[in-house]
Amino acid sequence: MKKTKKIKIKINGKKKSIDNDSYLLKLINDLKIPIKKVAIEFNREIVDKKKIKKIKLRNNDVIEIVHFIGGG
Amino acid sequence: MIKEKFIIAGKKFKSRLIVGTGKYKNMSECAKAIKLSGANIVTVAVRRVNISDKNKPLLMDYIDPKKITYLPNTAGCFTSDDALRTLRLAREIGGWKLVKLEVLGDKKNLFPDMIETLKSTEVLSKEGFKVMVYCNDDPLMAKRLENVGASAIMPLAAPIGSGLGILNKTNIKIIREQTKLPLIIDAGLGEASDATIAMELGCDGVLVNTAIAKAKKPFDMALAFKNAVIAGRQSFLAGRIDKVLMGNPSSPKKGII
Repeated sequence: MKKTKKIKIKINGKKKSIDNDSYLLKLINDLKIPIKKVAIEFNREIVDKKKIKKIKLRNNDVIEIVHFIGGG
Repeated sequence: MIKEKFIIAGKKFKSRLIVGTGKYKNMSECAKAIKLSGANIVTVAVRRVNISDKNKPLLMDYIDPKKITYLPNTAGCFTSDDALRTLRLAREIGGWKLVKLEVLGDKKNLFPDMIETLKSTEVLSKEGFKVMVYCNDDPLMAKRLENVGASAIMPLAAPIGSGLGILNKTNIKIIREQTKLPLIIDAGLGEASDATIAMELGCDGVLVNTAIAKAKKPFDMALAFKNAVIAGRQSFLAGRIDKVLMGNPSSPKKGII
């Protein structure tokens, strides 16, 4: 069986090893993040949620996922 | 009583008290205090989702953004770039255009960096944001913010979280005289009477977080601030008497036996 190549990405400041050619949307769904309540930044660019399906992850990609919390 | 409206960027609000959602013991305490305060607008911060602990309670589960207007802020940003990045992300979460800009300049006193603040206000306004700007109580800077498209001027009463109350009433009055924009006292209030003073100076509203969240009884303080803002506004609209040096008897002098 062919072993899937792994890549390293950074999500919210933490390094994570995932399969090469994974989709960003799958990663977010796997993490059980409610996509409607967050904003996503992909390599410093804001992700248009309508187009997120097309985004594939590559080595060294940097993802930030933010939401609202209590603040003054 | 005069019926009058509190309008920010074309949107009408009932309450002139805006409250922060930070520093509470937990989300349910925060939600209850907000309810008691009667606030229609709450400030919220933009932060990373905790990806390792998915069971952490979400703010939106406690405070319904359909019922209460979320005012995303840039608390903790020290540069214009950070503030712009934060608010663009906030807008992406769900179309928030009404935002609170806060660019800090010093980690100890938390005073705003007005040069970065001015730059950010201009950029954000051009991008279609309705920017409520946290600023110094400096009339000249307030004017410049207005000139670059601010939707509300929010001068500090005193340093954030200090509880010192309004330190420079004269400057607040001067800013009131020069602007028709909503003028909201933001930061530094310590007790309910501070809010009354702000409203009596002619401010359109006040923004309070720490004074309620860190009061010994946050729920009672939320209610106290609600009443204080109403009292201050009514007092302002009622028109105070002139100040005179000498006494002036309240009872008629005529007919004294």
